[in-house]
Amino acid sequence: MSLLDPVWTSLLYLAAAVCFILALRGLSSPRTARRGNLVGALGALIAVATVFLSARLENIPWIVGAIAVGSAVAAPVARRVKMTQMPQLVALFNGVGGGAAALVALLELAHSDDPWVRVAIVFTLLVGAVSFAGSGITFAKLQELMTTRPVVFPGLPVVMSVVLLAAVAAGVAVVVTGSLPLAVLLLLLGLAAGVLLVLPVGGADVPIVISLLNAFTGLAVAASGLVLGNVLLVVAGTLVGASGTILTRAMAAAMGRSVAGILFGAFRGGSTAGSTAVSERPVRSSSAEDVAVLLGYAQRVIIVPGYGLAVAQGQHTAAELALALEARGIEVDFAIHPVAGRMPGHMNVLLAEANVPYESLKEMGEINPEFKTTDVALVVGANDVVNPAAKTSSGSPIYGMPILEVAEARQVVFLKRSMRPGFAGIENDLLYQPQTSLLFGDAKDSLAQVLGAVKAL
Amino acid sequence: MDGTALLTITVLAVFVGFEVVSKVSSTLHTPLMSGANAIHGIILVGAIIVAGQAADPWVLAVALLAVVLATANLVGGFVVTDRMLHMFHAKKDAARTVTGPKAGSK
Repeated sequence: MSLLDPVWTSLLYLAAAVCFILALRGLSSPRTARRGNLVGALGALIAVATVFLSARLENIPWIVGAIAVGSAVAAPVARRVKMTQMPQLVALFNGVGGGAAALVALLELAHSDDPWVRVAIVFTLLVGAVSFAGSGITFAKLQELMTTRPVVFPGLPVVMSVVLLAAVAAGVAVVVTGSLPLAVLLLLLGLAAGVLLVLPVGGADVPIVISLLNAFTGLAVAASGLVLGNVLLVVAGTLVGASGTILTRAMAAAMGRSVAGILFGAFRGGSTAGSTAVSERPVRSSSAEDVAVLLGYAQRVIIVPGYGLAVAQGQHTAAELALALEARGIEVDFAIHPVAGRMPGHMNVLLAEANVPYESLKEMGEINPEFKTTDVALVVGANDVVNPAAKTSSGSPIYGMPILEVAEARQVVFLKRSMRPGFAGIENDLLYQPQTSLLFGDAKDSLAQVLGAVKAL
Repeated sequence: MDGTALLTITVLAVFVGFEVVSKVSSTLHTPLMSGANAIHGIILVGAIIVAGQAADPWVLAVALLAVVLATANLVGGFVVTDRMLHMFHAKKDAARTVTGPKAGSK
């Protein structure tokens, strides 16, 4: 069945490609972001309609059924997922996209005689499989199905090298022979490489890896477009590959890391220090009433929200507390670390959900000079992003990451569940400083108690 | 389409990809990544083509698996991005209607 003239097919694919470009452009600015995403979805719709109308397709009922299954699984999950768990969902969607690209390439092998096409197939297979397996591991880490800390074992660099060499050898063999069993072997090697690539990445670096794997999937899709001779896949995949690369570098820069350092740091060893050991040093713990007095008679308060706030779903209570303090004439701002939460920009999403006005959300560069003149810095469920070890201790895994300089404030109050270290697994010296007091408990409960006490002042 | 034309398009797309996201604030990193993630779900088009040419039941089965996975990527990606961005949007409305009647909000 071919209802459309090839010229129309090309023009419609062009329209879809333009939609994707406009989508990425729109997503780069807060005002146009939502429209940008819808334009992207429109482009996808045009593309899928076009392929049904123009390619000579068998098995259409099966295909429509498979699309229905995929939508029925993904849409409700995407609609219902808690915003705190959104990073792992993005990782999962990215992984299945890479997997789909690898499967498409595997099936096209039988139709390919041209060695250059086989090169593209090998590339798609390998990169798609790396992306699939790597995303699976990042999902498991973020969902805390496995340890969030770097997993390294002696000989890991050797194993990785062997796998990569074997993959190159298998790839060359597939290009020469076009053998399907060898292609399956290549797929398995790609899966192994993906696992080995992500295992040694730990803590706060995981989100950057998601972005990197996102770029990988884009490249795999672009290569599959070369295999199928489909311009739209080439353009869309290349766009994502290129923009994903830039985005990965921007995210890494926001954390003061280099992408190579994140991926290969653990291989070099020594960078993965960090312990779950809890120190026995004394801390000053205080009551909700004490905290309320500190806050209620301050002139300037900065709230530093972290992942703990998000998991406790305390963002609404935090917003209320800010309102209550402002009603007393106190100047309140939220200091947002670029990687607060689990992903760059994640905390902005969560606080936006709680209707915290945009103007109160201050980015790190803007707020850091203001801590000096701040009476109380209230750190809610954050740890690594305020840990001075990032500036002072060169052996620390987070060394070099820019932090919010809460230590400069006159008083620091931590709302924490326990003395357990943060996602990166390192202790925070700030907790033991004389100007610091701690209020233990679930972030939302603690905030509610403090809020009540402030209102009673 | 011949090889050089595809290569030309690929190289141009690389530059467009670099250009469109070069000035993005860290606030939007997550939605942008999620949106880009949805866009590569367009591999669905490739999966449909392969499934549509499948003669052997095994090939069809694998191709349909690819269709399911690609659809999950595409649909889920756009939906979750929209949800994220909805929150940015809702905030703007809230700021504008802050003096308006509170009743019935949400």
